[in-house]
Amino acid sequence: MREVPAKEITETVKDLCIEANTNLAEDVVAALNKSLAKEKSSVGRKILRQIIQNAQIARRDKLPLCQDTGLAVVFIELGQEVQIIGEALESAVHEGVRQGYEAGFLRKSVTEDPILRKNTGDNTPAILHVEIVPGAKIKIGFLAKGGGAENCSALRIFNPSTDREEIDNFILETVEAAGPNACPPIIVGVGIGGNFDTAAYLAKKALCRKVGAHNSGHAAQQWEKELLKKINLLGIGPMGLGGTTTALAVNIEKRPCHISSLPAAVNIDCHAHRFKETII
Amino acid sequence: MRAPIDDKLVAKLKVGEEVLISGKIFAARDSAHKLFGKNPPFDPKGAILFYASPTPTPPGAIIGSIGPTTATRMDPFTPDLLKLGIKIMIGKGRRSESVKAAIRKYKAVYLVVPGGVAAALSKHIKKSTVIAYPQLGPEAVLELEVANFPAIVAIDSQGNDLFEQARSAR
Repeated sequence: MREVPAKEITETVKDLCIEANTNLAEDVVAALNKSLAKEKSSVGRKILRQIIQNAQIARRDKLPLCQDTGLAVVFIELGQEVQIIGEALESAVHEGVRQGYEAGFLRKSVTEDPILRKNTGDNTPAILHVEIVPGAKIKIGFLAKGGGAENCSALRIFNPSTDREEIDNFILETVEAAGPNACPPIIVGVGIGGNFDTAAYLAKKALCRKVGAHNSGHAAQQWEKELLKKINLLGIGPMGLGGTTTALAVNIEKRPCHISSLPAAVNIDCHAHRFKETII
Repeated sequence: MRAPIDDKLVAKLKVGEEVLISGKIFAARDSAHKLFGKNPPFDPKGAILFYASPTPTPPGAIIGSIGPTTATRMDPFTPDLLKLGIKIMIGKGRRSESVKAAIRKYKAVYLVVPGGVAAALSKHIKKSTVIAYPQLGPEAVLELEVANFPAIVAIDSQGNDLFEQARSAR
């Protein structure tokens, strides 16, 4: 067994919180630049330039890209040959988020109770997903998930006889309903299969893929490309003011499912796509 | 433009127009709107209201990052506030039909600012003071002093809607 102190997980999460929120990942910047070169609307180009310039200012001044520094979503792939020493894994993650949001001057946007809505004051608890995998490493992914785009997400359970076009229409309707509110250009995570909760989880996990990287399956890869084209033909454009750049990527994740169901979930992320990961 | 805003200026602002704001504006969002009722903690006459709550202020800075949140969530509270005299709202996203009707009735304007460019926008803030509801933490009401803060007219006082126009132009 490889021993890893819980403190190391806390430190890593802390750094990821700050890094993701202030330093827009290269793949997102590259996709924005590529879109700027192709965008047909002049207002659209102007907004894309503002977004790219904002990323430069945020990096230079170590300021958050967006005032909504998100709900902290942490994905851990824990090698089964790792033993965590000290605190419990979950506490170590929450502590990392607490320290990162404090040290990075990030906004605390979590309420203790969904109805009473008192702020917890330290952006915890985080949402934590753990998968046990072979090996002796720990992969930690951090996604700062803003509320505006998250609110535009949707899940529907289709009939097994449903064809792809019907699922496409659901995805397109979701993006259309999101419109300007989700801060386009967006990233669209699609989870298909599994059950109610798995579809939603897959949609979120799909967002963590690098922009421009496709599903390894040939059919899913084609589907992603076709959907991206269809979404960009909607004409919503940057900030919903019209244009050819509505989405930067469509990422699909699939999973086997029950003979009687076909769940599909769409999770949307804004252009301030703050995901970073590291391996311990 | 600069608050207090009068009906004459409101009438001049046309959908799609780019404007620069200087002077005093107020920042408030969801929880503060719930507490406002008919008594917002500032003089609403001719006021500019920005749907926003910034990140914490780093040492030596005026403010953290600040940008618009989705205005749509403030729709249920908006007609009452426009009736009290608020003239300009700044946010992102669509507004409801009832807000558009109130915009026409009370002569107001809705401006949009791109979301997610909050580091850049923070450079336009010259002063920031918490004026109410400190218990709300990041959702407290702020009085901000801004300089050349850029925005786009999304719904003008005639009810012309930039998002609708962009949609029908597709």
